[in-house]
Amino acid sequence: MTHGSAEHLVKMANDIGNFFRAEPDREDAIAGIVNHISRYWTQRMRDKLSAHLRAEGDLSLNELPREALRRLNHLEAPAQAAR
Amino acid sequence: MLSIAETDLGTPARTGTELVTLTIDGQDVTVPAGTSVMRAAALCEVKIPKLCATEQLEAFGSCRLCLVQIEGMKGLPASCTTPVAPGMKVTTQNKQLADVRRGVMELYISDHPLDCLTCPANGHCELQDMAGVVGLREVRYGYEGENHLSAKKDESNPYFTFDPSKCIVCSRCVRACDEQQGTLALTIQNRGFDSSVSASQNVSFMDSECVSCGACVQACPTATLSEKTLIDKGQAEHSLITTCAYCGVGCSFRAEMKGEEVVRMVPNKDGHANHGHSCVKGRFAIGYATHADRIVKPMIRSKISDPWREVSWEEAIGHAASELKRIQATYGRNSIGGITSSRCSNEETYVVQKLVRAGFGNNNVDTCARVCHSPTGYGLKNTLGESAGTQNFDSVMKSDVIFVIGANPTDGHPVFASQMKRRLRQGAKLIVADPRTIDLVRTPHITAEQHLKLRPGTNVALINSLAHVIVTEGLVKEDFVRERCEIPSFEKWRQFVAQPLNSPEQMQAVTGVPAASVRAAARLYATGGNGAIYYGLGVTEHSQGSTMVMGIANLAMATGNIGREGVGVNPLRGQNNVQGSCDMGSFPHEFPGYRHVSDDTVRQLFEGAWGVPLQDEPGLRIPNMFEAALDGDFKGLYIEGEDIAQSDPNTQHVTAALTAMECIIVQDLFLNESAKFAHVFLPGSSFLEKDGTFTNAERRISRVRKVMQPKSGYADWEITQLLSNAVGFPMNYSHPSEIMDEIARLTPTFTGVSFARIDELGSIQWPCNAEHPDGTPTMHIGEFVRGKGKFLVTEYVPTAEKVNARYPLILTTGRILSQYNVGAQTRRTENNQWHNEDRLEIHPHDAEERGIAEGDWVGIASRAGDTVLRATVTERVQPGVVYTTFHFPESGANVITTDNSDWATNCPEYKVTAVQATRVSQPSEWQKRFREFSEEQETLLKSADVMFVAK
Repeated sequence: MTHGSAEHLVKMANDIGNFFRAEPDREDAIAGIVNHISRYWTQRMRDKLSAHLRAEGDLSLNELPREALRRLNHLEAPAQAAR
Repeated sequence: MLSIAETDLGTPARTGTELVTLTIDGQDVTVPAGTSVMRAAALCEVKIPKLCATEQLEAFGSCRLCLVQIEGMKGLPASCTTPVAPGMKVTTQNKQLADVRRGVMELYISDHPLDCLTCPANGHCELQDMAGVVGLREVRYGYEGENHLSAKKDESNPYFTFDPSKCIVCSRCVRACDEQQGTLALTIQNRGFDSSVSASQNVSFMDSECVSCGACVQACPTATLSEKTLIDKGQAEHSLITTCAYCGVGCSFRAEMKGEEVVRMVPNKDGHANHGHSCVKGRFAIGYATHADRIVKPMIRSKISDPWREVSWEEAIGHAASELKRIQATYGRNSIGGITSSRCSNEETYVVQKLVRAGFGNNNVDTCARVCHSPTGYGLKNTLGESAGTQNFDSVMKSDVIFVIGANPTDGHPVFASQMKRRLRQGAKLIVADPRTIDLVRTPHITAEQHLKLRPGTNVALINSLAHVIVTEGLVKEDFVRERCEIPSFEKWRQFVAQPLNSPEQMQAVTGVPAASVRAAARLYATGGNGAIYYGLGVTEHSQGSTMVMGIANLAMATGNIGREGVGVNPLRGQNNVQGSCDMGSFPHEFPGYRHVSDDTVRQLFEGAWGVPLQDEPGLRIPNMFEAALDGDFKGLYIEGEDIAQSDPNTQHVTAALTAMECIIVQDLFLNESAKFAHVFLPGSSFLEKDGTFTNAERRISRVRKVMQPKSGYADWEITQLLSNAVGFPMNYSHPSEIMDEIARLTPTFTGVSFARIDELGSIQWPCNAEHPDGTPTMHIGEFVRGKGKFLVTEYVPTAEKVNARYPLILTTGRILSQYNVGAQTRRTENNQWHNEDRLEIHPHDAEERGIAEGDWVGIASRAGDTVLRATVTERVQPGVVYTTFHFPESGANVITTDNSDWATNCPEYKVTAVQATRVSQPSEWQKRFREFSEEQETLLKSADVMFVAK
């Protein structure tokens, strides 16, 4: 993996998604990923992954974590605007 | 014999509630039923002479010194083997008894050297004592008969000597090796006059099965088995109780001292974790504390290619602080952080995380648990509600089925393994899940009912198939689940594991474990009585580490195996204070007591106590610190006691990250692998110089007591305090007990803990607070810490680390008894005599395919790197799996391990690396570079006059 890239963050997000995909309720699964990332990732890591997705439109991020990240950014957007 | 400071009460304590009152020499004494007359007498200060009895071992009745007269009993019964009875009347002294005893001593002394004055046991010899006690004045047999005085000494063991000329064949050593240690390396060979102690089949101790635990030395009443340090130095003049700094058993020891010099370490017979037992490391391997490699003066340098310069403490701390501040000014608040380790006491860890949070202003603090049991914290918190094991060690004595998963206790937790083996020899059943045939599978008098020899990386597949059996065969403890657990989560989980894809038959292709074995193991665990699971890094160090921990908790809840003695989920925490370093909040996301940094109430509590605002966002974990360093965002690091350049996976990645940083401060004893990349070296203290507490795998907080002044002049917590003051966050503790008092004020699970209370109780298992004033041996009684237990669905997700044609074997890693962790301590002791290099264990089939013979050099390559190790060809590993240890930096075991890690905690997947093994004739490129770099760094050290010199 080259550094400066967010490849390892994509992998981490996919790994988290792979745990929660066993949750039969899709909403609970996404909420689980959102919760996990916000509890354990630094802001910088989240921003870096989001920037990567915006730039690359990366399909290597699986569907559930992609949706989770979208919701996380949405949740944080008002907070960002307020700063 | 026991420590100079301890009294031997003769036979073991009995713990029943039924009490018996008897009269001994006119004195009434009340003791638990089953207590021996000898022990009852000792408890009311009546000393009955004894030689073959010691309170650590069951009575034997051979020496016949302890005979007494009991009203109504014929003859002269042995008081050691006679249990008390209500109303019994015992006489311990009269003419007849005195004559018998003197006669026994005459026989002993007729075949014993008379060199008391120059004997190492002089002053602390039970034979000498008994000769005095019985009033021995002459030996009517004379000394001209056949005797054993010219028997040869066995000095093969580096730590103790066996001198058979002094042996009285009391069998205490044999019994200690049997009852206490469970190795059964010793026996009495021959009979009558020819009886003698034999190690294995009459070979030297070093060549026998002896594991050098020292139980025999401790049991020996004479100088026959003596510590070499005792022979050299003589008797100690004072002793202090402290706690071992090696593994997570946390054995309590008496350090016997002459001034500031340790004569010997004797296990504390009242140790709550170890009950007077120890292993080779804790008892003998303490020489590293005064090794010539110890650095005792601070040093700094600008670049890692510069020589080190010895400086004053003021200059070193000043330089470190100014660098950290400069880096933050340049790169931002989050560009620096700290790493603690289990080598730090609770107090030391607490002040480091306080420095990072309050002094650096971020949450970039992590600890060694990241690479070992962080999944335990995550998994058990989410299912049961607390990030710790549920029992104490003694609980195993009430277990009926012991299930060991991914752990090797006879090597990693030897003293607890001895206790477990004692229970197994009593009849408890054993199930082992491990890719390798660990010693426990078949050991004297013990055979595992099932050895589930799974492929590395398939733990969750296995646990799901076990759960499948329990659920589909109606073995769930429905009433327990209904009462104690969240039903919706249980139903979800039940439906999931019941699916055919989770059946043992379908999972067999994945795990390699025959379905019939899985079914038998599941039935045994669910229905065999009290079922207890013990697990280690073979569970956590995987990409599904946290998932597996949750799977284990699910299984325990489903079978009702939580909330009382004899059952439970028992993570075998590896290190002396890894539990403590987690408890103390050395985590990027949690304050002390496992409370998230975003929790406003908790954060405000700490802000109030510390007087500064605190960050509410999680900080960087160790692996993420490396990524951030390579990205140019993370430039400064304060490391206490942890050697990330050796212990973390993918060494080349780690060292690249370290090289990218601008200021690395290492606080340690030696120039370890990480220090070779450092800019500031602050000399730290060994446990012998520490005052504080450690918390073992049982959540047991014990005192570590200083037996010598810190060689560097400052305690480790004082150094952190100096740094904190220099970066601008004032700290002014004057004693570590004040630090613990602060922890207690701010942490609900620790409210009742203080040095004074620990002294009172001996040790405390947290939680200790108003609800549990004396601590908590067993957790989740009545209800779980989170209220209702939660089941979590644990789908098997194969690791990304796949074998293929290029890398067809799986490498897994582990530890051995004589070396500890990265070996920084044990490599600097005589323990190297047992294991002086890391070897690659390879199955004969795989070896033959590759033309590899025993002892050949083998190149091992993975996607991350390659290294060279010597081969041990053995059937302990299965075909397709190779195994090594990581105790020697030059073996580069972590050059090969990858960045794959647990999805939840980033705990590295050390246990699964796809490799190829090839016979080679020279070291790997990495090893050549490592050797050059290490030699260069050692040269850069030589210019500074900073090493310890023993007086």
